Order: sequence, then C-alpha cells, then structure tokens
Amino acid sequence: MRILKSKWHILVCLIITLIAYVPMFNAFAESSADIPKPKSNYSDETRCVEPVAIMRKQHFVYLLEHRDKTVIEGIRTTQYSLNACIDCHITPNAEGEFARYSDDTHFCASCHQFTAVNIDCFQCHADRPEEAIRKTRNPNTTVTAHTQEIHEYLQLGETQPH
Amino acid sequence: MRYKLDLDIEEVNTDRRDFLRRAATVGGLAIAPGVILYQTGAAKPADQAVSSQQRWGMLVNTNVCQEDCDACVTACNEEHGLWDLGRPETDAQWIRKLNVKDKQTGHVTSLPMMCQHCENPPCVDVCPTGASFRREDGIVLVDKHTCIGCRYCMLACPYKARSFVHEPLQDQLPHSPRGKGCVESCTLCVHKVDRGDNNTACAEACAKDGHQALLFGDLNDPSSEISKQLKQHGGTQIRADLGLNTGVRYQGI
Ligand code: SF4
Ligand code: SF4
Repeated sequence: MRILKSKWHILVCLIITLIAYVPMFNAFAESSADIPKPKSNYSDETRCVEPVAIMRKQHFVYLLEHRDKTVIEGIRTTQYSLNACIDCHITPNAEGEFARYSDDTHFCASCHQFTAVNIDCFQCHADRPEEAIRKTRNPNTTVTAHTQEIHEYLQLGETQPH
Repeated sequence: MRYKLDLDIEEVNTDRRDFLRRAATVGGLAIAPGVILYQTGAAKPADQAVSSQQRWGMLVNTNVCQEDCDACVTACNEEHGLWDLGRPETDAQWIRKLNVKDKQTGHVTSLPMMCQHCENPPCVDVCPTGASFRREDGIVLVDKHTCIGCRYCMLACPYKARSFVHEPLQDQLPHSPRGKGCVESCTLCVHKVDRGDNNTACAEACAKDGHQALLFGDLNDPSSEISKQLKQHGGTQIRADLGLNTGVRYQGI
C-alpha cells in the first residue's frame, strides 16, 4: 500500500485507531463495575486458577481439555471445571439476583459481548449456581449454605475485582 | 401356524460386537495395569479416572413396587432438572413406570423402566459419532459435545430408554447439562456416583417412601448388597434373549 510508505502516515493511522478504541475501553471499564465480584480467590497466592492474563486468553483451552476427562473418564477435579467457574464467578448482586448469560452483567457474557465472541456452552450448561436455578424454578427454595457462604465472604470484602 | 422362537442366551453371537469393541479399546488396555485400586462405596479421588473394577447396576424388586407410585420418576425429573414443558409426547423421560397385566391371571406387575446400562449397548454400536459410549464402570452415557442428534440410538435401544430434546431449554442444572438437538437418557446419576453417594435419586426416593424397590450398587463387588441379593434370589434381564447383559435387573417378573 502506497499510503503506508511514509512513516508519517503510519503514525496518523495508529493515533486514529487508538482514539477510536478509547470509548470502547471506557465502556468496558464502566460495565465491569456492575458485575458481581467472584466469591473468593482460588488460593492465598492466586486470584484465579491460573494467572488472570492467561485465563482471559486461554480459559476455553482448559475447559475443553477438562470436559473430555470429566465426561469420558469421570474425573471431577474442580480446578478447570466449568461448574466451579460459575460457582465462583456468578454471585448475586445487591438485590440477591444472579445474572443469566443473556444479561450484560453475567461475568462470562460481559467479556464475550465486548470481544464479539459467540459461544454455545450455555445452551446446555448452567449459567448460574444450582441454587440460583432452583430458586428460579421454585421461589420458596430456602437459602442454602452456598449463598450463605457467598454473602459472608462478600461482607468481609476480601474479594478483589476480577 | 405358529413358530416357536427358540433362542438360547448363550447362543447370541456377540463376536462382532466384541471385535469392534476390542478394535476400539486397544489404546486403552495398555493403561489398565497402572490403575490404582480404591475402596468401593467411598468417593473415588476426584482426579482418578473410573475403572472397570466397578460395574454399577440396579436391582428392581417388582414385588414391592407400588402400582400407583411414581416417586422414582418425580425424583429423577427433579434431580436432573427435566422440567415439564407441558408436551408429554416430546418431554424428556429418563425413567417411566410401566404396569404390565397378565391377561391369564389378571396379576399386575408394576415396574420402572429406564436405560438398562447394557454391557453390549446397541445404542453405542449404531452411534455414528462415538457420542454414545459406555464408561469403564458400565454407565452408558451420551457425550453431548459429540452428539449430532441423528437419533439412531433411540431406534436401536430395545427399551425405548432415550429421549430427544426438541426445543431450547432453560434452567438446566450444573450436574446435568442438556440441550436442544441432543439425545439423553438415564445417567445412573453419574454425578452422584462420582461423588461417592453410592445411590441414585430414584432409589433414594423409593426408599424414602418406604418401598425399597430399587437397589443401586456394584455388580462386580461380591460383598455389595446388590450382588448378595442377586446371588441369593436371582434377577431377570428384560429381553435377556438379546444378550446385552444389562446392568439393571428385575425380580418378580
Ligand atoms: S438400555 Fe438402551 S440406551 Fe441404555 S445402554 Fe441399552 S441400548 Fe443403550
Ligand atoms: S443421536 Fe447422538 S448419541 Fe444417538 S446415535 Fe446420533 S450422534 Fe449418537
């Protein structure tokens, strides 16, 4: 491309691109403030099951490998289990409501929407912890230890934003 | 003129099935000697693969199964989130109650019918994608990641044990993922088995209602209650003539 031959032009292109992206980053930063925090850190040393930067890029690789082990071999470790991700990341908001994957504030959806990724995991898999789903089916379901645990944890305010 | 169907169980030729299975599992055999043993009944360590040391099965005592009771069906639907869509023709059905009447004597036998967790499952034989498979511990499952919804397995199953999901679902439960376009059937509560519950939702519900018609256990462990019962009182396979060696056995039929 002839236009890119001059360094000057390349610089202008770069600046325009960057400026165009700024509002999108802002939008993402704003919306992520509404997303409920994860239930806990994975361990004392790490927030998530792998460093967060790796998880952002690679979580589906771990999930893909783990799914066959679980379905075929019955291996039920929680480190790369989708259910464990959901249990930790999908927590109730201030009103005690759990977001569905179709909501902007669902942890998975918030990022997939931003990056324009279409997945079909949640056509079959639960997008909320079991208790939230049972509550949807039957509002009289009593609060279980799971919610109790989350509430206690969140009140302590130890969770870092993801 | 009537023909007598003279089929001996031993005579069912399963050579072809065995051959196919051997061909498919050559890779797996090499791993077997490294498998570590664990105590039956206790939860297996989560990081350990299931092994053929176990063969999970179920014994149904139709003598105590009540004609008007469907506690097992309700419990299954609740456990796996098989929410009623109000369309009985197509709603998923992993376990159903059958009442069979002997026309001669008028005696009614009531029994639950579900996937029989065959050792030689026809559903697995016909599946073109390998989605339908038998786990090492005898539980027959559908890997819904690979199922293309062709429904061959539903035709092949002699027990009409499988259901097809016809429409988008909501509110599936974490331990029982299910969705449109896939075939599904009784999983023998595989999530409970892996957790070490050593029981299924239907058997628990039956016991809770005081009927004790369902007994879950390890057919390979001679000291398990199910093996003892089977040894002492025997148990029938439905359509034993097919030579499928079902994991679900019945008494009183
Ligand atoms: S009962 Fe039907 S679905 Fe179950 S293993 Fe046998 S053939 Fe397959
Ligand atoms: S419907 Fe799915 S499990 Fe059944 S035979 Fe077809 S691909 Fe296999």
